Amino acid sequence: MKAAAFFSSALFVTLVSASEVTITLPPETAAFKPGAGAELAQANCMTCHSAEYIATQPRMPRKFWEAEVKKMKEKFAAPLADENLAALADYLTAAYGIPEKKAP
Amino acid sequence: MHLPPHTRRSFLRQAALASAAGLAGLRAADTVTLPFENGERRLVQFPQKRPLIVQTSRPPQLETPFAVFNDGLITPNDAFFVRYHLANIPLAIDPDIFRLAIKGLVKAPLTLPLAEIKTQFEPAEVIAVNQCSGNSRGFFQPRVAGGQLGNGAMGNARWRGARLKDVLDKAGVAAGAKFVVCNGLDQPVLPQSPDFIKALDLDHARDGEVLLAYEMNGEPLPMLNGFPLRLVVPGYFGTYWVKHLSELTVTAEEFDGFFMKPGYRIPDTAGGCIEPGTAPKSTIPINRFKIRSFLTSLENGAQLPAGRATVLRGIAFDSGQGITEVLVSDDGARTWRPAELGQDLGKYSFREWTFAWTPPQPGAHEVKYRAVNRIGETQPLEPLWNPPGYLRNVVETTKVTAASMP
Repeated sequence: MKAAAFFSSALFVTLVSASEVTITLPPETAAFKPGAGAELAQANCMTCHSAEYIATQPRMPRKFWEAEVKKMKEKFAAPLADENLAALADYLTAAYGIPEKKAP
Repeated sequence: MHLPPHTRRSFLRQAALASAAGLAGLRAADTVTLPFENGERRLVQFPQKRPLIVQTSRPPQLETPFAVFNDGLITPNDAFFVRYHLANIPLAIDPDIFRLAIKGLVKAPLTLPLAEIKTQFEPAEVIAVNQCSGNSRGFFQPRVAGGQLGNGAMGNARWRGARLKDVLDKAGVAAGAKFVVCNGLDQPVLPQSPDFIKALDLDHARDGEVLLAYEMNGEPLPMLNGFPLRLVVPGYFGTYWVKHLSELTVTAEEFDGFFMKPGYRIPDTAGGCIEPGTAPKSTIPINRFKIRSFLTSLENGAQLPAGRATVLRGIAFDSGQGITEVLVSDDGARTWRPAELGQDLGKYSFREWTFAWTPPQPGAHEVKYRAVNRIGETQPLEPLWNPPGYLRNVVETTKVTAASMP
Protein backbone atom coordinates (compact mmCIF):
# COMPACT_ATOMS: atom_id res chain seq x y z
CA MET A 1 0.00 0.00 0.00
CA LYS A 2 1.18 3.51 -0.74
CA ALA A 3 1.53 5.13 2.66
CA ALA A 4 0.90 8.65 1.43
CA ALA A 5 -2.35 7.72 -0.27
CA PHE A 6 -3.33 5.70 2.74
CA PHE A 7 -2.96 8.56 5.14
CA SER A 8 -4.35 11.32 2.93
CA SER A 9 -7.44 9.31 2.15
CA ALA A 10 -8.21 8.72 5.78
CA LEU A 11 -10.93 10.88 7.26
CA PHE A 12 -8.85 11.34 10.36
CA VAL A 13 -5.95 12.98 8.64
CA THR A 14 -6.54 16.34 10.27
CA LEU A 15 -6.89 14.89 13.74
CA VAL A 16 -3.81 15.03 15.87
CA SER A 17 -3.68 11.80 17.77
CA ALA A 18 -1.80 11.23 20.95
CA SER A 19 -1.28 7.65 19.91
CA GLU A 20 1.00 8.32 16.95
CA VAL A 21 4.37 6.63 17.21
CA THR A 22 7.24 8.46 15.58
CA ILE A 23 10.92 7.62 15.40
CA THR A 24 13.98 9.54 14.27
CA LEU A 25 16.80 7.56 12.73
CA PRO A 26 20.38 8.33 13.74
CA PRO A 27 22.40 10.42 11.27
CA GLU A 28 23.91 8.50 8.38
CA THR A 29 27.68 8.68 8.55
CA ALA A 30 28.94 6.06 6.09
CA ALA A 31 30.55 7.54 2.99
CA PHE A 32 32.17 6.14 -0.14
CA LYS A 33 35.94 5.84 -0.30
CA PRO A 34 37.59 8.51 -2.43
CA GLY A 35 38.79 7.52 -5.88
CA ALA A 36 38.08 7.90 -9.57
CA GLY A 37 34.37 7.36 -10.07
CA ALA A 38 33.39 7.92 -6.43
CA GLU A 39 31.08 10.70 -7.60
CA LEU A 40 29.12 8.13 -9.65
CA ALA A 41 28.56 5.99 -6.58
CA GLN A 42 27.67 9.04 -4.54
CA ALA A 43 25.16 10.25 -7.13
CA ASN A 44 23.58 6.91 -7.99
CA CYS A 45 23.92 4.30 -5.23
CA MET A 46 23.18 6.70 -2.38
CA THR A 47 19.79 7.60 -3.81
CA CYS A 48 18.37 4.36 -2.46
CA HIS A 49 20.80 3.06 0.16
CA SER A 50 23.73 3.87 2.40
CA ALA A 51 27.35 3.16 1.51
CA GLU A 52 27.61 0.15 3.88
CA TYR A 53 25.78 -1.92 1.26
CA ILE A 54 29.05 -1.81 -0.66
CA ALA A 55 31.60 -1.37 2.10
CA THR A 56 30.57 -4.55 3.98
CA GLN A 57 30.94 -6.87 0.99
CA PRO A 58 33.88 -9.25 0.80
CA ARG A 59 36.69 -8.32 -1.58
CA MET A 60 35.47 -9.58 -4.92
CA PRO A 61 36.61 -9.34 -8.56
CA ARG A 62 35.24 -6.93 -11.14
CA LYS A 63 32.62 -9.35 -12.49
CA PHE A 64 30.97 -9.38 -9.04
CA TRP A 65 30.69 -5.58 -9.06
CA GLU A 66 29.58 -5.56 -12.68
CA ALA A 67 26.76 -7.93 -11.78
CA GLU A 68 25.72 -5.74 -8.84
CA VAL A 69 25.63 -2.60 -10.99
CA LYS A 70 23.61 -4.45 -13.63
CA LYS A 71 21.17 -5.72 -11.00
CA MET A 72 20.65 -2.23 -9.65
CA LYS A 73 19.94 -0.84 -13.11
CA GLU A 74 17.82 -3.68 -14.45
CA LYS A 75 16.00 -4.93 -11.33
CA PHE A 76 15.86 -1.82 -9.17
CA ALA A 77 15.57 0.82 -11.91
CA ALA A 78 18.65 2.76 -10.78
CA PRO A 79 18.85 5.68 -13.24
CA LEU A 80 22.36 4.76 -14.38
CA ALA A 81 23.40 5.90 -17.83
CA ASP A 82 24.81 3.08 -19.94
CA GLU A 83 28.03 5.01 -20.49
CA ASN A 84 28.62 5.11 -16.71
CA LEU A 85 28.18 1.40 -15.97
CA ALA A 86 31.78 0.42 -16.70
CA ALA A 87 33.20 3.40 -14.82
CA LEU A 88 31.09 2.61 -11.76
CA ALA A 89 32.15 -1.05 -11.81
CA ASP A 90 35.76 0.11 -12.16
CA TYR A 91 35.44 2.35 -9.12
CA LEU A 92 33.75 -0.31 -6.97
CA THR A 93 36.38 -2.86 -7.95
CA ALA A 94 39.26 -0.50 -7.24
CA ALA A 95 37.85 0.80 -3.94
CA TYR A 96 36.18 -2.32 -2.51
CA GLY A 97 37.15 -5.30 -4.63
CA ILE A 98 40.10 -7.15 -6.05
CA PRO A 99 41.66 -4.87 -8.68
CA GLU A 100 42.48 -6.62 -11.92
CA LYS A 101 46.13 -7.11 -12.77
CA LYS A 102 47.19 -4.81 -15.53
CA ALA A 103 48.44 -6.51 -18.67
CA PRO A 104 52.26 -6.37 -18.80
CA MET B 1 31.53 -19.81 14.05
CA HIS B 2 29.45 -17.61 16.24
CA LEU B 3 32.27 -16.23 18.31
CA PRO B 4 30.72 -13.27 20.02
CA PRO B 5 32.54 -10.40 18.46
CA HIS B 6 35.30 -8.50 20.12
CA THR B 7 34.14 -5.08 21.13
CA ARG B 8 36.27 -2.02 21.35
CA ARG B 9 35.88 1.68 21.55
CA SER B 10 37.27 3.39 18.54
CA PHE B 11 38.65 6.58 20.07
CA LEU B 12 40.58 7.56 17.00
CA ARG B 13 37.63 7.31 14.71
CA GLN B 14 35.43 9.18 17.13
CA ALA B 15 37.99 11.93 17.52
CA ALA B 16 38.41 12.26 13.76
CA LEU B 17 34.69 12.31 13.20
CA ALA B 18 34.05 14.79 15.97
CA SER B 19 36.69 17.21 14.78
CA ALA B 20 35.75 16.87 11.13
CA ALA B 21 32.11 17.48 11.80
CA GLY B 22 32.52 19.81 14.72
CA LEU B 23 30.38 17.50 16.75
CA ALA B 24 31.89 17.67 20.18
CA GLY B 25 30.06 15.31 22.48
CA LEU B 26 29.05 12.83 19.79
CA ARG B 27 28.86 9.42 21.35
CA ALA B 28 31.93 7.30 20.75
CA ALA B 29 31.52 4.85 17.90
CA ASP B 30 31.76 1.34 19.27
CA THR B 31 32.70 -1.31 16.79
CA VAL B 32 32.64 -5.07 16.67
CA THR B 33 34.51 -7.36 14.33
CA LEU B 34 32.55 -10.30 12.99
CA PRO B 35 34.90 -13.24 12.47
CA PHE B 36 35.28 -13.13 8.71
CA GLU B 37 37.14 -10.94 6.23
CA ASN B 38 35.93 -7.31 6.24
CA GLY B 39 33.83 -8.02 9.33
CA GLU B 40 34.21 -4.73 11.18
CA ARG B 41 30.86 -3.11 11.96
CA ARG B 42 29.68 -0.18 14.05
CA LEU B 43 27.41 -0.58 17.06
CA VAL B 44 24.74 2.12 16.95
CA GLN B 45 21.61 2.76 18.94
CA PHE B 46 18.51 3.10 16.76
CA PRO B 47 15.10 4.17 18.12
CA GLN B 48 13.59 1.70 20.62
CA LYS B 49 16.80 -0.35 20.38
CA ARG B 50 19.96 -0.86 22.39
CA PRO B 51 23.21 -0.51 20.42
CA LEU B 52 23.13 -3.16 17.70
CA ILE B 53 25.51 -4.22 14.94
CA VAL B 54 24.95 -1.97 11.92
CA GLN B 55 25.02 -3.95 8.72
CA THR B 56 23.53 -0.99 6.85
CA SER B 57 22.14 2.26 8.18
CA ARG B 58 19.72 3.11 5.31
CA PRO B 59 17.53 1.19 5.22
CA PRO B 60 18.31 -0.08 8.72
CA GLN B 61 19.71 -3.58 8.92
CA LEU B 62 20.76 -4.33 12.47
CA GLU B 63 22.19 -7.55 13.84
CA THR B 64 21.86 -8.73 17.43
CA PRO B 65 25.20 -9.04 19.28
CA PHE B 66 25.55 -12.76 19.90
CA ALA B 67 26.08 -12.44 23.66
CA VAL B 68 22.38 -11.51 23.94
CA PHE B 69 21.46 -15.11 23.22
CA ASN B 70 23.08 -16.21 26.45
CA ASP B 71 20.85 -13.91 28.51
CA GLY B 72 17.67 -15.93 28.13
CA LEU B 73 15.48 -17.79 25.67
CA ILE B 74 13.41 -14.72 24.79
CA THR B 75 15.20 -12.05 22.77
CA PRO B 76 14.31 -8.63 24.19
CA ASN B 77 12.51 -6.27 21.81
CA ASP B 78 15.30 -3.71 22.05
CA ALA B 79 17.86 -6.32 21.01
CA PHE B 80 15.83 -7.96 18.23
CA PHE B 81 17.41 -7.83 14.77
CA VAL B 82 16.09 -5.48 12.07
CA ARG B 83 15.99 -6.16 8.36
CA TYR B 84 14.50 -3.86 5.73
CA HIS B 85 14.98 -3.98 1.97
CA LEU B 86 13.83 -0.53 0.86
CA ALA B 87 14.67 2.80 2.42
CA ASN B 88 11.28 4.50 2.25
CA ILE B 89 10.23 3.13 5.62
CA PRO B 90 7.47 4.43 7.87
CA LEU B 91 8.81 6.69 10.62
CA ALA B 92 5.44 7.79 12.00
CA ILE B 93 2.35 5.62 12.31
CA ASP B 94 -0.82 6.40 14.16
CA PRO B 95 -2.32 3.06 15.25
CA ASP B 96 -5.74 4.73 15.47
CA ILE B 97 -5.58 5.51 11.76
CA PHE B 98 -3.75 2.40 10.58
CA ARG B 99 -5.86 -0.03 8.53
CA LEU B 100 -5.36 -3.49 7.09
CA ALA B 101 -7.10 -4.07 3.76
CA ILE B 102 -8.18 -7.56 2.69
CA LYS B 103 -9.08 -7.69 -0.98
CA GLY B 104 -8.85 -9.69 -4.18
CA LEU B 105 -10.65 -13.03 -4.43
CA VAL B 106 -12.79 -12.54 -1.33
CA LYS B 107 -16.55 -12.36 -0.94
CA ALA B 108 -16.46 -9.25 1.24
CA PRO B 109 -13.40 -7.01 1.02
CA LEU B 110 -12.50 -5.60 4.43
CA THR B 111 -10.68 -2.60 5.78
CA LEU B 112 -9.90 -3.41 9.39
CA PRO B 113 -8.80 -0.84 11.93
CA LEU B 114 -6.13 -2.11 14.27
CA ALA B 115 -8.57 -1.96 17.19
CA GLU B 116 -10.89 -4.39 15.39
CA ILE B 117 -8.04 -6.78 14.67
CA LYS B 118 -7.35 -6.76 18.40
CA THR B 119 -10.95 -7.10 19.57
CA GLN B 120 -12.95 -8.88 16.85
CA PHE B 121 -10.72 -11.93 16.52
CA GLU B 122 -9.66 -14.40 19.18
CA PRO B 123 -6.07 -13.55 20.19
CA ALA B 124 -3.52 -16.29 19.67
CA GLU B 125 0.03 -16.54 21.02
CA VAL B 126 3.15 -18.36 19.93
CA ILE B 127 6.75 -18.24 21.01
CA ALA B 128 8.61 -18.43 17.73
CA VAL B 129 12.03 -17.84 16.28
CA ASN B 130 12.33 -15.34 13.47
CA GLN B 131 15.50 -15.81 11.46
CA CYS B 132 16.73 -13.90 8.44
CA SER B 133 17.21 -16.03 5.33
CA GLY B 134 20.76 -14.72 5.11
CA ASN B 135 21.67 -15.24 8.76
CA SER B 136 25.35 -16.34 8.87
CA ARG B 137 25.96 -15.44 5.21
CA GLY B 138 29.35 -13.95 6.09
CA PHE B 139 30.65 -17.46 6.82
CA PHE B 140 29.93 -18.79 3.32
CA GLN B 141 32.91 -20.09 1.39
CA PRO B 142 33.19 -19.12 -1.35
CA ARG B 143 31.80 -15.78 -0.22
CA VAL B 144 28.56 -14.59 -1.82
CA ALA B 145 26.88 -11.20 -2.32
CA GLY B 146 24.35 -9.90 0.19
CA GLY B 147 24.22 -8.79 3.79
CA GLN B 148 27.40 -10.09 5.40
CA LEU B 149 25.80 -11.27 8.62
CA GLY B 150 27.24 -13.15 11.54
CA ASN B 151 24.90 -15.43 13.47
CA GLY B 152 22.82 -12.69 15.09
CA ALA B 153 20.08 -12.14 12.50
CA MET B 154 17.69 -14.25 14.55
CA GLY B 155 15.59 -13.86 17.64
CA ASN B 156 12.91 -15.60 19.68
CA ALA B 157 9.83 -13.73 20.88
CA ARG B 158 6.35 -14.27 22.23
CA TRP B 159 4.03 -13.03 19.50
CA ARG B 160 0.37 -12.23 20.07
CA GLY B 161 -2.14 -11.42 17.40
CA ALA B 162 -5.11 -12.49 15.32
CA ARG B 163 -4.93 -15.65 13.25
CA LEU B 164 -4.61 -14.91 9.55
CA LYS B 165 -7.08 -17.75 9.01
CA ASP B 166 -9.78 -15.99 11.05
CA VAL B 167 -9.31 -12.72 9.17
CA LEU B 168 -9.45 -14.49 5.79
CA ASP B 169 -12.55 -16.38 6.90
CA LYS B 170 -14.27 -13.15 7.83
CA ALA B 171 -13.62 -11.79 4.35
CA GLY B 172 -14.62 -15.14 2.86
CA VAL B 173 -12.12 -16.61 0.42
CA ALA B 174 -13.71 -17.04 -3.02
CA ALA B 175 -13.47 -20.07 -5.30
CA GLY B 176 -10.23 -20.40 -7.25
CA ALA B 177 -8.10 -18.58 -4.68
CA LYS B 178 -4.62 -20.04 -4.21
CA PHE B 179 -2.33 -17.36 -2.77
CA VAL B 180 -2.32 -14.52 -0.29
CA VAL B 181 -0.12 -11.61 -1.36
CA CYS B 182 1.13 -9.57 1.60
CA ASN B 183 2.29 -5.97 1.47
CA GLY B 184 3.42 -3.52 4.14
CA LEU B 185 3.92 0.23 4.41
CA ASP B 186 7.63 0.16 3.56
CA GLN B 187 8.26 1.25 -0.01
CA PRO B 188 11.10 1.77 -2.46
CA VAL B 189 12.74 5.17 -2.75
CA LEU B 190 12.25 5.18 -6.52
CA PRO B 191 8.70 4.33 -7.56
CA GLN B 192 10.06 2.18 -10.41
CA SER B 193 11.91 -0.12 -8.00
CA PRO B 194 10.05 -3.28 -6.95
CA ASP B 195 8.05 -3.00 -3.72
CA PHE B 196 8.73 -5.55 -0.99
CA ILE B 197 5.75 -7.88 -1.35
CA LYS B 198 5.57 -11.55 -0.36
CA ALA B 199 3.10 -14.35 -1.02
CA LEU B 200 1.97 -17.35 0.98
CA ASP B 201 0.15 -20.37 -0.38
CA LEU B 202 -3.48 -20.12 0.70
CA ASP B 203 -3.33 -23.43 2.57
CA HIS B 204 -0.36 -22.17 4.55
CA ALA B 205 -2.06 -18.83 5.21
CA ARG B 206 -5.08 -20.73 6.57
CA ASP B 207 -3.21 -23.24 8.73
CA GLY B 208 -4.17 -21.40 11.92
CA GLU B 209 -0.54 -20.79 12.90
CA VAL B 210 0.21 -17.71 10.81
CA LEU B 211 -0.57 -14.63 12.89
CA LEU B 212 -1.15 -10.95 12.34
CA ALA B 213 0.88 -9.94 15.37
CA TYR B 214 0.33 -6.68 17.23
CA GLU B 215 2.34 -7.62 20.32
CA MET B 216 5.89 -8.81 20.79
CA ASN B 217 6.90 -9.96 24.25
CA GLY B 218 3.84 -8.27 25.74
CA GLU B 219 4.50 -4.86 24.15
CA PRO B 220 3.51 -3.20 20.90
CA LEU B 221 6.03 -4.10 18.19
CA PRO B 222 9.00 -1.74 17.97
CA MET B 223 8.62 0.46 14.89
CA LEU B 224 11.65 -1.16 13.24
CA ASN B 225 10.16 -4.62 13.79
CA GLY B 226 6.92 -3.76 12.01
CA PHE B 227 4.69 -1.62 14.25
CA PRO B 228 1.77 -1.85 14.54
CA LEU B 229 1.16 -5.19 12.78
CA ARG B 230 3.33 -7.82 11.17
CA LEU B 231 2.97 -11.31 9.84
CA VAL B 232 4.34 -14.07 12.04
CA VAL B 233 4.99 -17.21 10.03
CA PRO B 234 6.30 -19.79 12.52
CA GLY B 235 9.10 -22.01 11.26
CA TYR B 236 9.56 -19.94 8.10
CA PHE B 237 12.36 -17.55 7.30
CA GLY B 238 11.85 -13.88 8.18
CA THR B 239 11.35 -12.81 4.58
CA TYR B 240 7.69 -13.86 4.92
CA TRP B 241 7.15 -11.96 8.18
CA VAL B 242 5.97 -8.80 6.40
CA LYS B 243 6.27 -5.71 8.59
CA HIS B 244 3.79 -2.80 8.89
CA LEU B 245 1.33 -5.18 7.21
CA SER B 246 -1.29 -3.09 5.44
CA GLU B 247 -2.67 -5.11 2.55
CA LEU B 248 -3.61 -8.73 1.90
CA THR B 249 -4.66 -9.64 -1.62
CA VAL B 250 -6.10 -13.08 -2.28
CA THR B 251 -5.21 -14.25 -5.79
CA ALA B 252 -5.45 -17.22 -8.12
CA GLU B 253 -2.13 -16.49 -9.80
CA GLU B 254 1.26 -17.03 -8.27
CA PHE B 255 2.82 -13.68 -7.39
CA ASP B 256 6.18 -13.20 -9.07
CA GLY B 257 7.42 -9.81 -7.84
CA PHE B 258 11.16 -9.38 -7.40
CA PHE B 259 11.28 -10.54 -3.77
CA MET B 260 9.56 -13.83 -4.67
CA LYS B 261 11.32 -14.30 -8.01
CA PRO B 262 14.26 -14.09 -8.55
CA GLY B 263 14.71 -12.92 -4.94
CA TYR B 264 14.62 -15.30 -1.97
CA ARG B 265 14.91 -18.53 -3.91
CA ILE B 266 16.92 -21.64 -3.12
CA PRO B 267 18.13 -24.43 -5.39
CA ASP B 268 15.44 -27.02 -6.01
CA THR B 269 17.53 -29.79 -4.46
CA ALA B 270 16.91 -31.97 -1.40
CA GLY B 271 18.75 -29.66 0.98
CA GLY B 272 18.47 -26.41 -0.97
CA CYS B 273 22.20 -26.51 -1.61
CA ILE B 274 24.55 -27.22 -4.50
CA GLU B 275 28.24 -27.73 -5.22
CA PRO B 276 30.05 -24.60 -4.02
CA GLY B 277 30.64 -22.08 -6.77
CA THR B 278 28.09 -23.55 -9.19
CA ALA B 279 24.67 -22.33 -10.37
CA PRO B 280 21.38 -24.13 -9.66
CA LYS B 281 19.39 -25.76 -12.49
CA SER B 282 16.09 -24.64 -11.00
CA THR B 283 14.94 -22.81 -7.89
CA ILE B 284 12.00 -22.63 -5.49
CA PRO B 285 10.98 -19.98 -2.94
CA ILE B 286 12.89 -20.24 0.33
CA ASN B 287 10.65 -21.71 3.01
CA ARG B 288 11.35 -23.40 6.36
CA PHE B 289 14.31 -23.07 8.70
CA LYS B 290 16.85 -25.83 8.91
CA ILE B 291 17.74 -27.18 12.32
CA ARG B 292 20.52 -25.29 14.14
CA SER B 293 22.27 -25.16 17.50
CA PHE B 294 24.66 -22.71 19.11
CA LEU B 295 26.80 -22.57 22.21
CA THR B 296 26.13 -19.22 23.87
CA SER B 297 28.03 -19.36 27.18
CA LEU B 298 31.59 -19.41 25.83
CA GLU B 299 33.17 -17.47 23.01
CA ASN B 300 35.78 -18.84 20.69
CA GLY B 301 39.13 -18.57 22.42
CA ALA B 302 37.67 -18.76 25.93
CA GLN B 303 39.77 -20.18 28.75
CA LEU B 304 38.29 -22.57 31.26
CA PRO B 305 39.66 -24.68 34.07
CA ALA B 306 41.07 -28.11 33.32
CA GLY B 307 40.17 -31.02 35.55
CA ARG B 308 36.72 -29.89 36.59
CA ALA B 309 33.34 -29.43 35.00
CA THR B 310 32.18 -26.23 33.32
CA VAL B 311 28.53 -26.00 32.37
CA LEU B 312 28.19 -25.26 28.66
CA ARG B 313 24.92 -23.57 27.72
CA GLY B 314 23.36 -22.98 24.35
CA ILE B 315 20.24 -22.87 22.24
CA ALA B 316 18.75 -25.02 19.48
CA PHE B 317 15.78 -24.63 17.16
CA ASP B 318 14.24 -26.03 14.03
CA SER B 319 11.22 -25.25 11.88
CA GLY B 320 8.65 -26.70 14.25
CA GLN B 321 9.17 -30.44 14.45
CA GLY B 322 10.64 -29.80 17.87
CA ILE B 323 14.14 -30.36 19.24
CA THR B 324 14.49 -33.76 20.87
CA GLU B 325 18.23 -33.99 21.44
CA VAL B 326 21.41 -31.91 21.50
CA LEU B 327 24.68 -33.82 21.36
CA VAL B 328 28.13 -32.61 22.33
CA SER B 329 31.51 -33.85 21.09
CA ASP B 330 34.99 -32.93 22.29
CA ASP B 331 36.85 -35.43 20.10
CA GLY B 332 36.36 -34.13 16.59
CA ALA B 333 32.85 -35.57 16.10
CA ARG B 334 33.94 -39.15 16.76
CA THR B 335 31.76 -39.59 19.83
CA TRP B 336 28.76 -37.60 21.00
CA ARG B 337 27.18 -37.29 24.43
CA PRO B 338 23.67 -35.94 25.12
CA ALA B 339 23.13 -32.52 26.64
CA GLU B 340 20.29 -31.72 29.03
CA LEU B 341 17.37 -29.96 27.38
CA GLY B 342 15.75 -27.06 29.21
CA GLN B 343 12.15 -25.94 29.43
CA ASP B 344 10.02 -26.53 26.35
CA LEU B 345 8.51 -23.19 25.34
CA GLY B 346 6.89 -24.64 22.24
CA LYS B 347 8.02 -26.27 19.05
CA TYR B 348 8.87 -22.98 17.31
CA SER B 349 10.94 -21.57 20.19
CA PHE B 350 14.61 -21.64 21.05
CA ARG B 351 15.24 -24.65 23.30
CA GLU B 352 17.95 -24.32 25.91
CA TRP B 353 20.60 -27.00 26.33
CA THR B 354 23.26 -27.44 29.00
CA PHE B 355 26.15 -29.84 29.28
CA ALA B 356 28.55 -30.23 32.20
CA TRP B 357 31.85 -30.65 30.41
CA THR B 358 35.17 -31.56 31.96
CA PRO B 359 38.01 -31.00 29.50
CA PRO B 360 39.78 -34.37 29.09
CA GLN B 361 43.20 -32.72 29.51
CA PRO B 362 44.75 -29.24 29.64
CA GLY B 363 45.31 -27.55 26.31
CA ALA B 364 43.31 -26.63 23.22
CA HIS B 365 39.93 -28.24 22.60
CA GLU B 366 37.21 -28.01 20.01
CA VAL B 367 33.67 -28.43 21.29
CA LYS B 368 31.06 -29.34 18.70
CA TYR B 369 27.31 -29.49 19.28
CA ARG B 370 24.55 -30.81 17.13
CA ALA B 371 20.78 -30.76 17.46
CA VAL B 372 18.37 -33.50 16.40
CA ASN B 373 14.63 -33.04 15.94
CA ARG B 374 11.57 -35.24 16.32
CA ILE B 375 11.87 -36.62 12.79
CA GLY B 376 15.60 -37.28 13.04
CA GLU B 377 16.87 -34.28 11.11
CA THR B 378 20.25 -33.03 12.25
CA GLN B 379 23.04 -30.68 11.16
CA PRO B 380 25.80 -31.42 8.64
CA LEU B 381 29.42 -31.58 9.84
CA GLU B 382 30.58 -29.64 6.79
CA PRO B 383 28.90 -26.44 5.61
CA LEU B 384 26.52 -26.58 2.67
CA TRP B 385 26.44 -23.86 0.03
CA ASN B 386 24.08 -22.02 -2.30
CA PRO B 387 24.54 -18.81 -4.35
CA PRO B 388 22.33 -16.50 -2.23
CA GLY B 389 23.93 -17.56 1.05
CA TYR B 390 20.81 -18.99 2.70
CA LEU B 391 20.03 -21.92 5.01
CA ARG B 392 23.36 -22.21 6.80
CA ASN B 393 23.14 -24.86 9.51
CA VAL B 394 26.55 -26.49 9.81
CA VAL B 395 27.53 -28.08 13.14
CA GLU B 396 29.23 -25.18 14.93
CA THR B 397 32.54 -25.51 16.75
CA THR B 398 33.79 -23.52 19.73
CA LYS B 399 37.54 -23.49 20.30
CA VAL B 400 38.54 -23.22 23.94
CA THR B 401 41.65 -23.69 26.05
CA ALA B 402 41.62 -25.66 29.27
CA ALA B 403 44.22 -24.40 31.73
CA SER B 404 45.39 -25.79 35.05
CA MET B 405 44.14 -23.33 37.59
CA PRO B 406 45.08 -23.32 41.24
